[in-house]
Amino acid sequence: MNNISTFIKKEFLHVFRDRKTLLMLFGLPIVQIILFGFALTNEIKNAKIVVCDYAKDAASQQIIGKLQASQQFEIQNVLLSHNQIEAAFKNGEIKMAIVFPANFNNDLLHQNKAQVQLITDASDPNTATTISGYATQILMDYQNELMQLQNLPYQIHTEMRMIYNPELKAAVNFVPGVMSLILLLVCVLMTSVAIVKEKEIGTMEILLVSPFNPFLVIVSKAVPYLALSLINLTVILLLSVFVLGMPINGSVLLLYAVSTLFIITALSLGLLISNSTASQQAAMLISLMGMLVPSILFTGFMFPLENMPYPLQLVSHIIPAKWYYIIVKSIMVKGLGFSAIWKETLILLGMTLVLLVVNIKKFKIRLT
Amino acid sequence: MDTVIHTVNLTKRFGDFIAANEITFDVYQGEIFGFLGANGAGKTTAMRMLCGLSTPSSGTATIAGFDIYKETEKIKKNIGYMSQKFSLYEDLTVLENIRFIGGIYGLSDKQIKEKSGQLVETLGMKGEAKKMVGALPLGWKQKLAFSVAILHEPKIVFLDEPTGGVDPVTRRQFWDLIYEAAGNGITVFVTTHYMDEAEYCNRISMMVDGEIKALDTPAKLKQQYSAISMDEVFYELARGAKRSE
Repeated sequence: MNNISTFIKKEFLHVFRDRKTLLMLFGLPIVQIILFGFALTNEIKNAKIVVCDYAKDAASQQIIGKLQASQQFEIQNVLLSHNQIEAAFKNGEIKMAIVFPANFNNDLLHQNKAQVQLITDASDPNTATTISGYATQILMDYQNELMQLQNLPYQIHTEMRMIYNPELKAAVNFVPGVMSLILLLVCVLMTSVAIVKEKEIGTMEILLVSPFNPFLVIVSKAVPYLALSLINLTVILLLSVFVLGMPINGSVLLLYAVSTLFIITALSLGLLISNSTASQQAAMLISLMGMLVPSILFTGFMFPLENMPYPLQLVSHIIPAKWYYIIVKSIMVKGLGFSAIWKETLILLGMTLVLLVVNIKKFKIRLT
Repeated sequence: MDTVIHTVNLTKRFGDFIAANEITFDVYQGEIFGFLGANGAGKTTAMRMLCGLSTPSSGTATIAGFDIYKETEKIKKNIGYMSQKFSLYEDLTVLENIRFIGGIYGLSDKQIKEKSGQLVETLGMKGEAKKMVGALPLGWKQKLAFSVAILHEPKIVFLDEPTGGVDPVTRRQFWDLIYEAAGNGITVFVTTHYMDEAEYCNRISMMVDGEIKALDTPAKLKQQYSAISMDEVFYELARGAKRSE
């Protein structure tokens, strides 16, 4: 046992001596969480809009007042004519223009039918959809207020409840996503590079000639990254709870247990890559292009899997991060227990076992 | 004399290519055995089989009395190995490297402490003990690598072109270390390109195209080929080679 602890100590020395890697290891999750938390968000606040009001009556003024009062919009300019709208889009940073035709109030009250035009900049379709949605919501609110005054005989009230994430915080979506990506990156990339490095500098031969069990070489390589990943996980969780205000609704213990399983999956992937490559560059390239990019695409936190063509949805099934993402969301957001995630856990476990068996077989072949 | 390496018809094939063809030789305890040959002659392949890094295709061999197929674990405990590439960890200090290698060979903390003290002393590296190995000059690194390879007092040490790229003075010092090890009863199995080094060996074998073409003491080989130097013997033998890189 003395010799395996010597080996693990040496691995830690490698990690701590390599300042750049260390910085990346611990800087990356912090930067990602803060970036995703504050900079990259789907919520839109203070979108600049212009108003072109031909009506200038009570109704249009009330709606404009509501728009101004909302957090989502900021009225940048009131235009006099329709012709100015395009120019406003071109030179300004406005996201939307709203046009009230003449006689708006009159049409609304006496003809029971009034029109408003919303013009959005659809060069960014997501933003356009989102803010026109916000604007429609405000118009509906106004209409409902009027209805209550007039008491129409038939009414449908839609009452919306956003469960699990009532405040529509983006963090709920991306924290589990960032967790899967960071763990994957650290484990796959770092382990594969660490092992290939030994081959590259020639020390692997020294290790293989020594009586040290080759299987333990792999274990000793994996242990430091397992430990570092658990620290990383803790940092991410602390940041998301205390900085982003995202609670952990389920069992923390269960979260850690499943995360450990995912880390082992990722470590075995890293080992597989290192077993199949001879240079650090190749290992890095395969880890990044072969693992990270598909994981970003197919995990489901950036691009909804439901919208993908069926063959691509099938591809997503073989991405371990996808299953981990589902599990983390279930535990952290929905507060569910093991009974809800056993299927996904079993899939991860199966993947890990397959990877480990392939690794052991490959390693033996390589020795002869 | 005790035989520490004994091979009979040891062969390694890679597909149609026969890297080492029916090699048969004995190496005795405490001798310095030079393993010579041109590039691509099969030296490294043969050495890798003897170290357990590569499984032979056919033939038999015993290393330190242990079977090369069945008792690899025992063989590993009894041999040391220094590869062509410099192979200590550059981002670890001299002492940390010694500690690590001692550790994987299963030496106790006390033994490691004692030995690293001795080693640093004899190599004259006391001032550098806590420096990163990467910062040392190549000659020092090679001497350190050799001393680390025999840290666990193996019966045999395999050296694969240990003095490549090292200046003549350091090479001489390196050979002093080899003589010292041999004097302590460690058998030294060394491959080299330098013919002056071949003269330092007790016996040498010449490999050509995967086969051993000559095996004797340097003096007898020179006599046999009526050559003045080992250089001439080498040219005489290697001239007929079909394989070269």
